[in-house]
Parts: sequence; C-alpha cells; structure tokens
Amino acid sequence: MLRRRWVDALVVVVVVLAFVLAPQAYSNETLLFQMMVYIALSQGVNILYGFTGYLPFGYVGFFGIGAYGASLLMLHLNWPPILALLGGGAIAVLLGLLLSPLLRLSGAYFAIASLAASQAVYLIVSNPALQNVTYGPYGIQLVSQFNPTLSYYVMVVILALTVAVVLYIRRSRFGTALQAMRDDPVSAAMAGVPVVRQRTFAWMISAAIAGLVGGAFAWQTSVFYPDAVFSLSISIFAIVFTLFGGAGTLLGPLFGSVVLYGMYNTIGISDPQYFQLIYGLLIILLVLFLPDGAASLLKRRGSHVL
Amino acid sequence: MLYALIAGVLFGLYYALIGLGLNLTFGVLRMVNLAHGDFVMIGGFAAVTAFSAWHLHPLWSLVLVAVLIFAVGIALYYVLVPRIAATKDPEMISLVLFFGLSQVIEALAVMRFGNNAQSIYEPVFGKAPVSILGQPFPAVWVVSGLVSLLALLLVYLYLYRTRIGYSTRAVMASREEAEVSGISVHKVSAIAFAIGLGLAAAAGALAPFMLGGITPDLGVGLTVTAFAVIVLGSLGNPIGTVAGGLIYGIALMLMQTYLPSWSALLPYLLLLLVLLVKPSGLFGRQVRSA
Repeated sequence: MLRRRWVDALVVVVVVLAFVLAPQAYSNETLLFQMMVYIALSQGVNILYGFTGYLPFGYVGFFGIGAYGASLLMLHLNWPPILALLGGGAIAVLLGLLLSPLLRLSGAYFAIASLAASQAVYLIVSNPALQNVTYGPYGIQLVSQFNPTLSYYVMVVILALTVAVVLYIRRSRFGTALQAMRDDPVSAAMAGVPVVRQRTFAWMISAAIAGLVGGAFAWQTSVFYPDAVFSLSISIFAIVFTLFGGAGTLLGPLFGSVVLYGMYNTIGISDPQYFQLIYGLLIILLVLFLPDGAASLLKRRGSHVL
Repeated sequence: MLYALIAGVLFGLYYALIGLGLNLTFGVLRMVNLAHGDFVMIGGFAAVTAFSAWHLHPLWSLVLVAVLIFAVGIALYYVLVPRIAATKDPEMISLVLFFGLSQVIEALAVMRFGNNAQSIYEPVFGKAPVSILGQPFPAVWVVSGLVSLLALLLVYLYLYRTRIGYSTRAVMASREEAEVSGISVHKVSAIAFAIGLGLAAAAGALAPFMLGGITPDLGVGLTVTAFAVIVLGSLGNPIGTVAGGLIYGIALMLMQTYLPSWSALLPYLLLLLVLLVKPSGLFGRQVRSA
C-alpha cells in the first residue's frame, strides 16, 4: 500500500518536473503548453470513457465554455486571471450539471447527444445576437492580462492535479465502482453502488478538468475566436490520444498525447489536409488493429500498466 | 406561413432522404456511420464536377454516383465491419472508426477540390417557378422533393416487398435470431450499408441546390442533422424517418422565417430535446436508454 503511494507521488513529480524543466531544453513553449493541454484533456476523456464507458464526443464544449467563462470574467468583471480560471472551471461544472441528464442515454446516443450539446453551446456563444456579452463571432482579446510564463506554470499545476485525480480514481473504491458500472450497471447497482450519483460525479470531475484547461488555454493564447476553442478536433484529439495509449490507464493517455501530439507537430505544420489524412488513416488502423491501445501490447505480455 | 409550411415539406422530404441511409445502416449494423455526411458531400462534388466538366444533368449524376458509391459501400463493409464487430465494444469503436473515415474523406476532398464552396449556378431545372397552392417555389425544390419521395418509396418497396428486404428487417429485429434461421447476416448487412451510402450520395447530388455551396467540411454537420432527423422519427424505422424529416424541415423553415439568426441551432436543440424527453423517438417501440 505504502509502496503504491510512493509510485503515485513519483509519477506526479516526474510529470511536473518534466514540464517545468522542458522549457530550458526546448524553446517552443507554446508547443509544450499545448501538449500539457492535450494530456490533461485526454485524462479527462479517460476518466469518463476509460472508467465509465461513456464516450464524450462533445467534450470540447467544456473546454470552450471554460475558456469563455474565464475570459469573460476577466473582461467584464475584471477578475484576476487565476480566480477567473477557477470561475471558468466552475462554469464548466455547471454546464456539466445542466447536461447530466444526457447520462441517461447509452452508447452511441450519448456520444452524439454530447456532440450536439457542444455544438449548441458553440452556436450560442458565437451568435452575433449576443455580441454584447460574448463578443459573438469576433473573438476574445485578453492582451492586458497576457502572461505566458505564469500561465504556463498554472497549467503545470492543473496537469499535476489532473494526474493526481486519475491516480486517485484508479486506486479508490470510487474507480472500482465506476468500472463495475461500465461493465454491468445492473449488477453494480445490485452490489450497492449508487450508479447515477457516482456516474454524475465522474462526469463533473471530467467537466471541471476541461473547464480549467480551457481557461488556462484562453489565458495563454489571449487572442482567439470561438471556433478555435469549440473546434471538434479538440475532442477528437483527446479521444484518439486516449485510445491510442489505452483507456482506463494513467500512462496510456499520457503516452498517447506525447507521441501523437509530437507527431502532429512534426508533420502538421505544412499542410493541414495532409495531416488530417494521415490522422484519419491512423485512427482507422488503430481501431482495426489495436482497439485497446498501446497499453494492451504490454498487458498481453503480462506486465501491469499503471 | 403557408409558404414556410410547403417549403418545409419539400425540404423535409429531402432531409428524410439524407437521414434514411443513416437509419438503415444503424438499424442493421447497430453502428452509427459518422462518415454519412461525408458521402453526401462526395455526391455533391460529383454532381458539380460532372456538370462543369461534361454538362451532365444532375439527375443523371445522381443515379451514377448512387450506383458507384453503392459498390464502394460493399467493399468498405467487408474491409471494415467484420473486424469491428469482433472487438469488445463495437458500438463505441465503430464511432471512432467512422470518424477516422470521415477525416480521410474530408482531407481528400480538400486536396482535390479546395476549401472554396462550389455549386451549380445555371438553372438546370428551368427558370420558371412552380406554383403550389398559389405560392411560387423554385422548380428545383419541387424536383428534389419528388426525387426524395421516389427514393423513399423505392426503399420501402425494397424492405417490404422483396425477399432480401424481408431478411433485412429480420436482421434489424434480431441479429442472432436472423443468423440461426439461416439468413446470411453479412450479405444482408453489406447490402443495407451500401444502400445507405448510396442514398447519402444521391442526396448529395441534389445538395448544390438544396444546401447551397458544397464544401469539404460539410460532413459532420450533415451527419448530426441526419441523426437528429432519424432520432426524431425513431431509429430503425424507415417510415418514422420520413416523419422526422418533415418535422425537421417544417421547423427549419419556420425558424428561418421568424428567428433567422438562431436557425443553425435547430438540429442540435431538436436532437437534445428528443433524446432527453423521448429517447425512443416519436414512433419508437423500445426505449434504448440505460
């Protein structure tokens, strides 16, 4: 038991150190920042899909509402950035609460309903009729609050928290209960698991992560349009990174994000459509030949993957 | 008001055509083809290209592209689906797979056609408006409505008047039972899947007129719209799809008349509303929620 705690703490420390020290060795801080964004988002997807089996295609909705929530709190109410970030996370949780009836749906229904919900949020936020509140399609400017260094370290903190939460879920009764529900909700309920409450709780944790990450992204980027933070590709990246590494593990999505996002940046710079093509093919091949992710390769050899 | 209603019916039939293929695929495979909208987009580009290159009438393109995509569908089925069906969680995995396919199609379309909207601007269906109940409508809307109606009728006849259609409905009702009673499930499913894609492409050939310009990124939005239409009229129920299409079309036209700036929200809100209030759809029998 004690040894496990040490291993957990070590993982968090390694992740934090890696991203604190990385800017010394590699000057492209934006890339490192975005890599953290995707690690955190794919862990958020992982909490939901890996542990409860719900695939949130509309996960980007929480990211976008977090980005907008934090930005608007800074712009309209002059909140300091870190407080506004927490506010953005809280707004994402509220949205999660509002959308929690979606969890009554199963399988593909949930996936597509969440997609529809995120698009609906996007169309509301970017609607020209709400220009006075959200600046409509004209985007957000946070130039006065721009602080790339501080926002980078805030993101490191968010990432560390996310990793810690996933580790906690993996080790705790809560995580076991979630996995039991995923495999058979009826039996889990019979065994005394409060299915609806715990599932909703997982959903809101996942929403909070995306909201905080969205806020940090908005702060770091400081100038963005609504389609940048509600782009469906954000959900899809997070899902693919998770699947590639292996859902339900901690290291899987981490590995997936670092490898695939790194790859994205080596090939993706020149022409977006070539990247999209390679990516689409990669998804197809992945699903056809490695549906349980890279972690399954190790598991097949009998080793335990954290 | 009357104008919006009639236009709604014409568009509704068209949207039913877009949804029908997706519904057929879902009914038979229990998988949602997220690339459905991209096949509509392919049909659209095919019609535009055929018209500008050889002056081919869009109705001919419609037939040609439907047949071609049907053949592609058969091949695609045998490459992709049996592998997926063998995995732990086929419903989810197939979503991701078809999403990947949709990305590939979109990327190829951008490479071939660029990002600019393309359309057919010549009045190939005649300039004179068609008058229904004293209201003038563009001829192409009426033609699209009628073509959609014809396609819906053909699918109905296929499902209810042919032997293989009978087997298809058996597979829809229960895959296992159909298999043990000697139906070749893969053959039936492959044909249904291919018909679904063919219908999408056929709808696409009319898209330059009904949806405006064709762009490579049309796919995802169309897929969600199609999903809204079929959920509205119950999954796995082809007649429900027609009703779903009509409701959607009329609602869309009313929104565009009275609340134009919010009309883009309609498919999403309608979908959420139906899923939350009555997930089985308006004409469904079984509830499919957890």
